[in-house]
Amino acid sequence: MDILTKVPVREQDAKERATNFEEVCLGYNKEEAMSEASRCINCKNAQCIKGCPVAIDIPAFIEQVKNGNIEEAYQVISQSSALPAVCGRVCPQESQCEGKCIRGIKGDPISIGKLERFVADWARENGIKPEGAKEKKGKKVAVIGSGPAGLTCAGDLAKMGYEVTIFEALHEPGGVLVYGIPEFRLPKQDVVAKEIENVKSLGVKIETNVVVGKSVTIDELIGEEGFDAVFIGSGAGLPKFMGIPGENANGVFSANEYLTRSNLMKAFDKNSNTPIMESRKVAVVGGGNVAMDAARTALRLGAEVHIVYRRSEEELPARVEEIHHAKEEGIIFDLLTNPTEILADEKGWVTGMKCIRMELGEPDESGRRRPVEVPGSEFTMELDTVIMSLGTSPNPLISSTTEGLETNKWKCIVAEEENGQTSKEGVYAGGDAVTGAATVILAMGAGKAAAKGIDEYLSGK
Amino acid sequence: MYKIVKREELTTNIYLMDVEAKRVARACLPGQFVIVRMDEEGERIPLTICDYDREKGTVTIVFQCVGAATKMMADLQEGDFFHDFVGPLGCASELVNETPEELKKKRILFVAGGVGAAPVYPQVKWLHENGVAADVIVGSKTKDLLILEKEMEAVAGNLYVTTDDGSYGRSGMVTQTIKDLVAEGKEYDVCIAIGPMIMMKFVCLLTKELNIPTIVSLNPIMVDGTGMCGACRVTVDGKVKFACVDGPEFDGHAVNFDEAMRRQQMYKTAEGRAMLKLEEGDTHHGNCGNCGN
Repeated sequence: MDILTKVPVREQDAKERATNFEEVCLGYNKEEAMSEASRCINCKNAQCIKGCPVAIDIPAFIEQVKNGNIEEAYQVISQSSALPAVCGRVCPQESQCEGKCIRGIKGDPISIGKLERFVADWARENGIKPEGAKEKKGKKVAVIGSGPAGLTCAGDLAKMGYEVTIFEALHEPGGVLVYGIPEFRLPKQDVVAKEIENVKSLGVKIETNVVVGKSVTIDELIGEEGFDAVFIGSGAGLPKFMGIPGENANGVFSANEYLTRSNLMKAFDKNSNTPIMESRKVAVVGGGNVAMDAARTALRLGAEVHIVYRRSEEELPARVEEIHHAKEEGIIFDLLTNPTEILADEKGWVTGMKCIRMELGEPDESGRRRPVEVPGSEFTMELDTVIMSLGTSPNPLISSTTEGLETNKWKCIVAEEENGQTSKEGVYAGGDAVTGAATVILAMGAGKAAAKGIDEYLSGK
Repeated sequence: MYKIVKREELTTNIYLMDVEAKRVARACLPGQFVIVRMDEEGERIPLTICDYDREKGTVTIVFQCVGAATKMMADLQEGDFFHDFVGPLGCASELVNETPEELKKKRILFVAGGVGAAPVYPQVKWLHENGVAADVIVGSKTKDLLILEKEMEAVAGNLYVTTDDGSYGRSGMVTQTIKDLVAEGKEYDVCIAIGPMIMMKFVCLLTKELNIPTIVSLNPIMVDGTGMCGACRVTVDGKVKFACVDGPEFDGHAVNFDEAMRRQQMYKTAEGRAMLKLEEGDTHHGNCGNCGN
């Protein structure tokens, strides 16, 4: 084998997968995993660990894979991560662990994500569970939201011996892992539900259908229900729209709505009672992971799909693998293009979208080159559906009902980065509710930091 | 799981259910709503809260069978369960933020159309319990579709019942009764109108002319009900609002009703298909070679 080249991972054929919701990437088998692991040079000063927001001891788990000790590898990972089967699938490894890998300087970096996925899947198939707490602390913590931040925080606290209850607003736990990321990228029953089972097996209770801020307030959780500390991991919030004419026409959706219908409510399945628009030609506005997910969902539901993004390919914020998969499946990328108006017929249904071509000018404050309009380049796309994937703004449900909880000028909850502490005693926060829309792994990192912060707070009490 | 402890068919196709949901019963206020799901495959259905009993921990919902989902829901019996019952959602009615003293100074008119009587009831009851008597107009298409008359009578200052076809009470639309009352010399400081979108639109056109500030409660299509999906967006005073977190009550004179009514048509085809499927088994989805789809 060529030591500079990674072991290729098996995938579902692009033509075939464009018509189904089965998982795209098929993952490594044990032989492939051991072969890929053998490329790791087990650096003493491992850069990959520094690239991981939850600081998994990557060389240690890869060493175990190399020797075929998969259960041991799993225990190494689960010391740091509550959701390895998820992270192996959705982390932006190219900008984290794999981006720092020394092998990557000359050749391919180690496929750390695919190895993590293999170990987590193997553990699940072989019934291996993470190890729980030996002693109970006798203190109660409430976790708001069962997405990646909440699950990680809850899992870590339970391992330390705290009694943890997660409150989830929707009818199913998982947060963005369930309503946001599609089945073909993250299988719900086989992967997400099993990871949640693992967290529950540590003793964590999950109460669904509780909207904190409405069904109960944080002050009531602390006062009447006797929780000693609270972690807020309530997620990103309200979808943004562009503010262009025609945006409330029938056939314009937020990516959140479109994906929630398909993922959480299973509208892609004929047996689901929840409807989803039967589209012929769709434009997804935006270039992030959520935009790719919405586009690839619409494609699988039978539409011709265009990604409309105002900057160039280089600035697309989505993971490289998602862009690559989207292209393979036949998504059309209309780059350097910005919508200016959505057109509708007399009954209010979308018929098209006016756009203008863009070019890149000087770098802006984000360091990316600012897109500017090309005069006279307006044109119209004929469409029946527009999906807006422009990010989110914070949900006011919790901040507006919790006295003494400080928010910043973007209405995100203010929390210390190293321990998640907010301006209110005993209340911690992390994930998108603090940072605005980011990634699963960053939310997990914040959940982990907050678990440590809460432990320090309660240990001192 | 949330147990149905009482089920009553109020009239043809309109049902009342008391459901055990302790957290909702403890926290809810007039004007708020819940989302229910019948079973694991069920749609999330938003419903207004009609009444609540904090001690028993029950919440009363009233719904009309309009599609497949509500039709299946009507088949649930006492002792059966809702798979999910979440709330209270949305903001409480503005009235509950005012003191009884302030409210007593106000002359308040409620206008309820059809099943709209259900969300109007807890507001009138709340005022009654705080010593405030409000006038209430309840309109229905015909006598047989009238609901909650006795209950409303017990808590309203004056109750005016009108039917479109004149089969009971006054004759004509609710707007006619408003005109009549004003012509009789009645004056109102605020009107709260809840019912079908088209009724609220015409009530608002009239009260604008009559200079009576009017609040409406909107029930657009929604999925999560917590602000996440944006399906429920409505234009109020030229600005986009989410009915689930900013509402459901809005200044009726500022709501773009035409857009709101258009948006309610979004899934009519899918809803029609679902109804046919329920009644007749699966339906046509194109690709037959004849229909051109």
